[in-house]
Amino acid sequence: MENQPIIEIRGLDKIYKTKNAEVQALRDINLTIDKGEIYGIIGLSGAGKSTLVRCMNFLERPTAGHVFVDGVDLGTLNTRELGKARQNIGMIFQQFNLMMQRTVEKNICFPMEIAGVDKASQKKRVDELLEIVDLSDKRDVYPSQLSGGQKQRVAIARALATSPSVLLCDEATSALDPKTTRAILTLLKDINRKLGITIVIITHEMSVIEEVCSQVAIIDNSQIAESGRVAEIFAHPKTASAQRLVNPEGNKIDFGGRPGKSIRIVFDGNSSYEPVIGSMVLHCKAPVNIMFADTKNIEGRAYGQMIIQLPEDESTAGKMLEYLSGQNVSVEEVSADD
Amino acid sequence: MIENFLVPFNETVIKMIGWGILETFYMVIGSTVLAYVIGLPTGMLLIMTDRKGMHPMPKLNGALNFVVNILRSVPFLILFIILMPTIRIIVGKAYGPTAAMVALLIAAAPFVARLVEQSLQEVDGGVIEAAFSMGASPGTVLWKVMLPEALPSLVNGCTIASTTILGYSAMAGFMASGGLGDIAVKYGYNRWIFPVLVVSVILLVIIVQIMQEVGNRLTKRVDKRNIG
Repeated sequence: MENQPIIEIRGLDKIYKTKNAEVQALRDINLTIDKGEIYGIIGLSGAGKSTLVRCMNFLERPTAGHVFVDGVDLGTLNTRELGKARQNIGMIFQQFNLMMQRTVEKNICFPMEIAGVDKASQKKRVDELLEIVDLSDKRDVYPSQLSGGQKQRVAIARALATSPSVLLCDEATSALDPKTTRAILTLLKDINRKLGITIVIITHEMSVIEEVCSQVAIIDNSQIAESGRVAEIFAHPKTASAQRLVNPEGNKIDFGGRPGKSIRIVFDGNSSYEPVIGSMVLHCKAPVNIMFADTKNIEGRAYGQMIIQLPEDESTAGKMLEYLSGQNVSVEEVSADD
Repeated sequence: MIENFLVPFNETVIKMIGWGILETFYMVIGSTVLAYVIGLPTGMLLIMTDRKGMHPMPKLNGALNFVVNILRSVPFLILFIILMPTIRIIVGKAYGPTAAMVALLIAAAPFVARLVEQSLQEVDGGVIEAAFSMGASPGTVLWKVMLPEALPSLVNGCTIASTTILGYSAMAGFMASGGLGDIAVKYGYNRWIFPVLVVSVILLVIIVQIMQEVGNRLTKRVDKRNIG
């Protein structure tokens, strides 16, 4: 099961033709998502991430390139085969998209009606699913009687009804408050662990990626700017767009023309639990000024960065840099116009 | 004064008014049902074959739109006159409630088609997209998503259609259609027996009120979008 790709995207382009112009929504996208991953795709609005996720179940047909799900090239399927393939790819949405005229139970039954599941099995499956999303008491109510979080739970249950191997989440938490967002993300994590389902999360919020994803792709200006393990991208964002997302304010610190060097210390997950700065201050017997600090707990390890201002005194500053180089952190000098 | 008002209402007139009510119901219910038999599928076809629809067929869509617009733009009485030879062939005569029903049906069907089209258009695109993401076919989306989701709006549209048809049926009175409109025309317009005109108009108003109220309640009952 490990490291077996379930979604592979090769050379994907998507161009929208309007009356007198062409808009390139996606450009040469290459992506491999392994079985059992929670894969995040992050980008600012208009970057093309919603189009990309819709290409994964062919709600949007790519202009060029291939999308393989479970080894099948979606582009080679006819309408009926594509319908069948989609039963293996669940999807949830920002606005939940429940049928308002159907009860919770009937909403969850809908994909099974399409798949031709018999009534008795549908009922049994609804029981299981309501158990998973913790809404067993809401079986016969209508969506208008539910809160946003509950609606998304119903949508998750509905998306899981045909036991798909992939779950696509298009900004699934963007319409929810922070507390509900956490609850939904926890549920997604649980589902991933218990059912082994691969989850693709589209979001514009870095916190969502931090919370649940193991892999991330950053999409910027219709292209994948960077992709890899979340921890890796957080610690060492290589591209400008990745840095913008990881440290939205990290590069905009007002140094106010103070004397002394400023340095950025990046924690890579091994050393954040050790009091690196404290030890350094004790070791060098001189104070430092912390300008900015942002550390995060990702997959049980700490990552993050800190910007500190070293003392004016060159030799103390040199001593500190020397001390830090012996620790398991990376250090770089930053200037006011960085 | 009251006595004077009541003078024209002898047994014959009362019987005639009773009969008029029945004829009006016959015309309105009959033509509404038949207008939906034609208009509902036409509205669905308009939605499906639209350029942005689930099954774009620009030529068919253009032709349908053209016919609907033409029929909608001819005033009802003139349409009735144009249709008289055809109605004579179908019904055997061009007067009476059944003849009027045919004219009403031809006038109402395109109107119904537009109402249905509009109701289906209101269905949330996200819900339709979700259905496609589950592997639904366009037919399934139409039958199991769009029509049920549009039900409150469709019922509301039916109320509008039937009250409009009732109005047309009164107009058909000028063509000796029978029904309350016919009575109002014959007694009120041709002979100026004012009390009979007033009573038939009041009856028409009451019928519209009842239809509207029934329609509103039905719409509310089938609407699950705003439950506490």
